[in-house]
Amino acid sequence: MATITAGAATLDNTGDDPRVRAPLIVGNNDYTTITDRVCAVVEDPKVRKAWLIAFLTAVSLTGMLFALVGYLIVTGVGVWGNQIPVAWGWPIVNFVFWVGIGHAGTLISAILYLFRQNWRTSINRFAEAMTIFAVVCAGLFPGIHVGRAWLAYWLFPIPNQMLMWPQFRSPLLWDVFAVGTYASVSTVFWYMGMIPDLATIRDRAKHPVRRFVYGLLAVGWRGSARHWHRYERAYLLMAALATPLVLSVHTIVSFDFAVSQLPGWHTTIFPPYFVAGAIFSGFAMVVTLAIPARAYFGMKDIITMRHLENMNKIILATGMMVGYAYAMEFFIAWYGGNEFEQFAFINRATGPYAWAYWIMVSCNVISPQLFWFKKLRTSIPVMFVLAIFVNIGMWFERFVITISTLNRDFLPSSWGYFRPTLVDICMLIGSFGLFFTLFLLFLRFLPMIAMAEVKSILPRPAAHPGNDHSSSSHTSPSHSELH
Amino acid sequence: MNPMEDKLRWLEKAGDADQEAPQELHGLLAEFETPEALLEACTKVRDAGYKKWDALTPFPVHGIDEAMGIRMTILPWLSLGAGLTGLMIAFALQIFTNGIDYKFLISGKPFISVPANIPVAFELTVLLAAFTTFFGMMILNFLPELFHPLFRAKRFPRMTADRFGIYIESKDPLFNRQQAELMFSRLGASALEPVLSPTKRAPLPGVIHGVGLTLTLVALIPVALAVKSRFSKSDQPRIHIIQDMDFQEKYKTQTAHPLLYQGAASMQPVAGTIRRGDLREDGHLYRGMAGDEFARGFPMALTQEMLVRGKQRFSIYCAVCHGATGYGDGLVAQRAEALAEGTWVPPLSLHEAVVLDQAEGQIFNTITHGIRTMKPYGSQIDVQDRWAIVAYVRALQRSQRATLTDVPPDVRAQLSQ
Ligand code: HEC
Repeated sequence: MATITAGAATLDNTGDDPRVRAPLIVGNNDYTTITDRVCAVVEDPKVRKAWLIAFLTAVSLTGMLFALVGYLIVTGVGVWGNQIPVAWGWPIVNFVFWVGIGHAGTLISAILYLFRQNWRTSINRFAEAMTIFAVVCAGLFPGIHVGRAWLAYWLFPIPNQMLMWPQFRSPLLWDVFAVGTYASVSTVFWYMGMIPDLATIRDRAKHPVRRFVYGLLAVGWRGSARHWHRYERAYLLMAALATPLVLSVHTIVSFDFAVSQLPGWHTTIFPPYFVAGAIFSGFAMVVTLAIPARAYFGMKDIITMRHLENMNKIILATGMMVGYAYAMEFFIAWYGGNEFEQFAFINRATGPYAWAYWIMVSCNVISPQLFWFKKLRTSIPVMFVLAIFVNIGMWFERFVITISTLNRDFLPSSWGYFRPTLVDICMLIGSFGLFFTLFLLFLRFLPMIAMAEVKSILPRPAAHPGNDHSSSSHTSPSHSELH
Repeated sequence: MNPMEDKLRWLEKAGDADQEAPQELHGLLAEFETPEALLEACTKVRDAGYKKWDALTPFPVHGIDEAMGIRMTILPWLSLGAGLTGLMIAFALQIFTNGIDYKFLISGKPFISVPANIPVAFELTVLLAAFTTFFGMMILNFLPELFHPLFRAKRFPRMTADRFGIYIESKDPLFNRQQAELMFSRLGASALEPVLSPTKRAPLPGVIHGVGLTLTLVALIPVALAVKSRFSKSDQPRIHIIQDMDFQEKYKTQTAHPLLYQGAASMQPVAGTIRRGDLREDGHLYRGMAGDEFARGFPMALTQEMLVRGKQRFSIYCAVCHGATGYGDGLVAQRAEALAEGTWVPPLSLHEAVVLDQAEGQIFNTITHGIRTMKPYGSQIDVQDRWAIVAYVRALQRSQRATLTDVPPDVRAQLSQ
């Protein structure tokens, strides 16, 4: 078995010298080690303590979330702080926040795939899983926000005894289709990408139950080249379909706001601004999760510093776009000469929610500027803190858009100040619990790195194995079998 | 890596029922260590003219399609077809539901609005295309295929991890074990393994049939219940799972209350309670009374508008019986006379002395409460209008008893002509 020697000595692959092609995977990794290392996490018979503690915490928060959902359904939406004029409170803020996070995964797996950005292979599985779990959290909120959750099926065009149909000219219904399509297509995409790796785990499994379960999940994949051919085509097609899909989803989420006639919402910049914001927050979440995971599971040479650095560059770029959008909203409010719109924006920056606005600006626009410096961009503590800042900032962005617009109605007599209730706050925390429960289960039971894809970007070993038998760490097959 | 040594006994026993069955050769598996060696070998196997053979790789090896002579799959066309179908379904659905079947005007938007239909059309296009891509890939690959003789080969497991393989099936017309083995060893295969498969697959254990049958029957129970209730009648009200606000805890009219006075759920107001707007202190205005007597005169100043209004109200409410001039010859009275109704009491002429001598308050009172056979009109005509009618009645009466002195001096001459 050949060993890759390039970049073996160093874990640093962040060099910017264009003459030297930086290795995507560092360390002495080959097909065998990649398989062993990734599968080891799934095969570890011991339950590790830190994982268990994190998991139990997450599960109890999830329990709290569902208890509160039950309480909400039994009691009614009055348990939230939503109150006229702010009828869209935290539930919608949380929805947009989670949907936004759920954009990086498909972006990494689809768009970067189409652009042949091979570095994506180390992080795409991870990010796709994150996407799906974030969309699960996102889907929960509008589902319970409809008030009578048991009638949520009215959102779908199902023939019924009332002889009524949904209203297809409303962005809220477009949202149902967009988020529904996104959730199902990204789940299929994720699962499809995982089939070859599940087959690897199946073939290494010793315990019959394990072999059976992973065998079912791997649907009998055996790595046939004829299968790979169609699989690769399918993957390319899925990427080509998912790319416009991922852009459409947050565009349509932004229509929920932009199509309404409210100053502060009714702007044409919303679709691109929302998409940039989604990518921004999604990448920040990937960085937040990747840093502890790669350290804890010892994947530092597969998810390398260069991967993190690339993501930080994307965070910097999208952060600038978001900042541009913030500025442009003010410019258009002034340039458009509409006094209601001008009021809405001045109120945003100086009104009762100015504190939220400035948290948003400092987290989303000012703090990512540190990533201009390579030293900071490649420092784990700095990027971890910054990524969390971005997460906070992006939650506040949705808060500012939703609540600071609604709290000042056209009639000053109906002005109000939104205050979240304890239920609001605990539900937001609970949704993080749900997210992390799913994510921790994923880390433990499914291959967190797309082994097959990583192997396909490793430099190929020499053609004749006889040439470098000495470097092989594995026993050579006995030639007696060649009769 | 051997995490789970502790195998379950019963599972072990149930393990591989085909192991003891008579076996036959299914194919020959050759192992290669590098993708380059595999590619080289694939080219040779292809050129040798084999048809039923395959390469096994842990990841998609670049260049293997050409090396094996794999032709382009039709999958993209399937996806395209599905995408277009999704597009059409979306437009048809939206046009039918919102434009034809259930027209619902919202914000003045047209019923069939193509721009508003684009987002859903786009999403359904992607949805159908993506699912077809995935399931098309599975179907074209004959997956799921949970069992394949290769899964029994000892060398196979590493081919989904770090080794590469070529597998020639014995069904291939060119297949000859000696020749194939020779070819592979020349091509540098690191190992060779004949793959066997049972001539006859062992039958499924009876337990599985039992479990399957039970599950099927259990699954049919809800269906059977639904069918039963569909075709039978019940005098029970429908099960009301979610009550919304259909049943509220409250006392309705005529229901008894255990705690309240005399068991009446709706309590009487405290004596002397006056409803808002019901405080009618001015006896003259509201009741036409001055102390115990009917009041004389009007509680407000008379105006031209008031008389015009009074005339109009009189024509609506009174003229049908009392006649336009008040002589009791309204249409109702004429008709009643014509029918010679025995019980009919003719409406009084308003020019009778009784009425002429009456105080204004009394006429007001007659309108409000009616008199003898005349019904009350207080609930239909409001206070101001009742006074306007009274004023008009007075005007009518005076018109019939006018003297020359009532005529303005400048037009008197015209009258005497
Ligand atoms: C349905 C027919 C009908 C209508 C309409 C009607 N009246 Fe009469 N009215 C009568 C009859 C009948 C009597 C005589 C009652 C009797 O002597 O029993 C009467 C009697 C009267 C009297 C005499 C009361 C008395 O003290 O003897 C007055 C004044 C009078 N009506 C005024 C009016 C005015 C003003 C209206 C319009 C608001 C009106 N009525 C509408 C049928 C009518």
